[in-house]
Amino acid sequence: MVRVNGGADGGLIRVRGLSKVYRRGEEEIHVLRSLDLDVEAGEFVAFMGPSGSGKTTLLNLIGGLDMPSAGSIRVGGEEIAELRGAALSRWRARHVGFVFQSFNLIPVLDAFDNVELPLLLTRLSRAQRYAHVSAALRLVGLADRIRHYPRQLSGGQEQRVAIARALVSDPQLLLADEPTGDLDRQTSGEIMELVRRLAKEFGKTVLMVTHDPLAAALADTVIHLDKGVLVEVPQGAAPR
Amino acid sequence: MRFLPLILRNLGRKKMRTLLTAGSFAAALFLFGLLQVIGRSLDQGVEVAGADRLAVRNRVSIIMPLPYSYGAQIGKLPNIRDYTWAVWFGGVYQDERNFFPQFAVDAQSYHRVYPELRIADDQWQAFVADRQGCVVGRDLAERFGFQVGDRIPIRGTIFEGTWEFNLRAIYDGERPEDPTSDMWIRYDYLEETREILKGTVGWYVVRVDDPARSDEVARTIDERFANSSFETRTETEQAFLTGFANQIGNVRLLILSVGAVVFFTLILVSGNTMAIAVRERMAELAVMKSLGFSNLLLLVLVATEAVILALVGGSAGLLAAKTLTRFGDPTGGLLPFFYLAPAEMAFGLLLALAVGAVSGLIPATAAVRTTIVAGLRGI
Repeated sequence: MVRVNGGADGGLIRVRGLSKVYRRGEEEIHVLRSLDLDVEAGEFVAFMGPSGSGKTTLLNLIGGLDMPSAGSIRVGGEEIAELRGAALSRWRARHVGFVFQSFNLIPVLDAFDNVELPLLLTRLSRAQRYAHVSAALRLVGLADRIRHYPRQLSGGQEQRVAIARALVSDPQLLLADEPTGDLDRQTSGEIMELVRRLAKEFGKTVLMVTHDPLAAALADTVIHLDKGVLVEVPQGAAPR
Repeated sequence: MRFLPLILRNLGRKKMRTLLTAGSFAAALFLFGLLQVIGRSLDQGVEVAGADRLAVRNRVSIIMPLPYSYGAQIGKLPNIRDYTWAVWFGGVYQDERNFFPQFAVDAQSYHRVYPELRIADDQWQAFVADRQGCVVGRDLAERFGFQVGDRIPIRGTIFEGTWEFNLRAIYDGERPEDPTSDMWIRYDYLEETREILKGTVGWYVVRVDDPARSDEVARTIDERFANSSFETRTETEQAFLTGFANQIGNVRLLILSVGAVVFFTLILVSGNTMAIAVRERMAELAVMKSLGFSNLLLLVLVATEAVILALVGGSAGLLAAKTLTRFGDPTGGLLPFFYLAPAEMAFGLLLALAVGAVSGLIPATAAVRTTIVAGLRGI
């Protein structure tokens, strides 16, 4: 159960008083203003809102890609706002998988090597890495494309590889920033179905930023951000 | 090792750029190798000079003679184990382009003072027995195809006339870097035949009992001949040979200057290339950071790319220089000691690796300092 105004402890993600301020010269831009948020393990949450509302910033803060100006972010009981440097890198490697709008695959690596990247940071043997990567690529339906380079794949296939890369180290948390933003309608549907399966069948906690109401409709909860403030939208009432 | 394929893939990303950067390392290290060879050749073996040997020369100039009678007096001074003497003969073999040094030496003592130059006993005895005999070094023999028993004509430029010598021995160096490109003739034969500078020698070489007392021995010798018509200047053999080489200018300084410019240019070239390569990959580096790659690991990966480039290019350049030296002196005699020592190759490679690491680390440091969010925004 997602709560946007705080409450009892116990969720996988517990955000309290989260603020993010950017400075542009003398000017201060308040992107997030004292947010509270709780997300249970295994939930699929979509964040919507106009451009500049702070959706991506919130996702980046929860994923440890950016540091908050104030507030607390606890994920699985760990206070990540206090982690720095290598400790934060290790935390990301263990707990978070990212899916980006523009896929962000490494162009000189084929699908297999792209998916293998996070596993290079583990102690897994070459054979174990091979097994994990193969399984992840099978899961996203690309078992027959493992030696294809990004330039040899369609946009949808590239995003599937990116999802496989995000999943391969079996993180608890999957963060997706506009995963269908660069895809056509049909491919978007396929990718969103895959994301939904990851939440429902594999128990992943998925936080997704999207502008697409159809994509958001697949989420358990849709949260609207406006001017740095969260507003929970009742199920089945995603804004269009 | 698990990151090596990733590093190699990144190197293969722009093949032409990689090739050209490795090529710049190869060219720089090739030049470095040749400069080392030239410097060493012009030093005429300064680096292999004996620690226990002193050279005694005329205080006025290295080209002014000393009396032959000084030898016996030097031999009686304390802390001197042995001594010998030599004269610069300065002749021409067939053509002036065939330059090589010739010295008139004392057949009894010269070999004792230079034990590191190896000569077969029977050959040395043949030289001692033949007043018109001569000895040549292995490099010189190979250069002109001399064989023991050959008769070698030398046209004198200081001591006029055409002199003919019988090749009685060929000497080798104990170490690869020992120069073996000289010719020795007999001092007594020169003394008997020449019409000028009779009763003189070019310089004396003294072996001391204890190298730690070299300064004291040098002072004793110079004080012994102070206020005479032929005052002496006694110095270590290394200083003496350096002075000999510096007659044509401070070659070592010149080579150091050229070498420094080459490596500075190399840092600029490879640093610029790596900076471009890293700038193109800012977004990828941000993605890798988001996957859990630490700043330190990314630094190492990028620097390793540059180091591999330096290693491959530098090795190729040094091997090319080494290969060139195997064909011998290309100047026809100006560089008689044409040899690239393994230690110099190793030093060159270390320099290349250092340049590679620096040129990779500087842009990589800037890249990892960029936040993930800023890096991703650069896509």
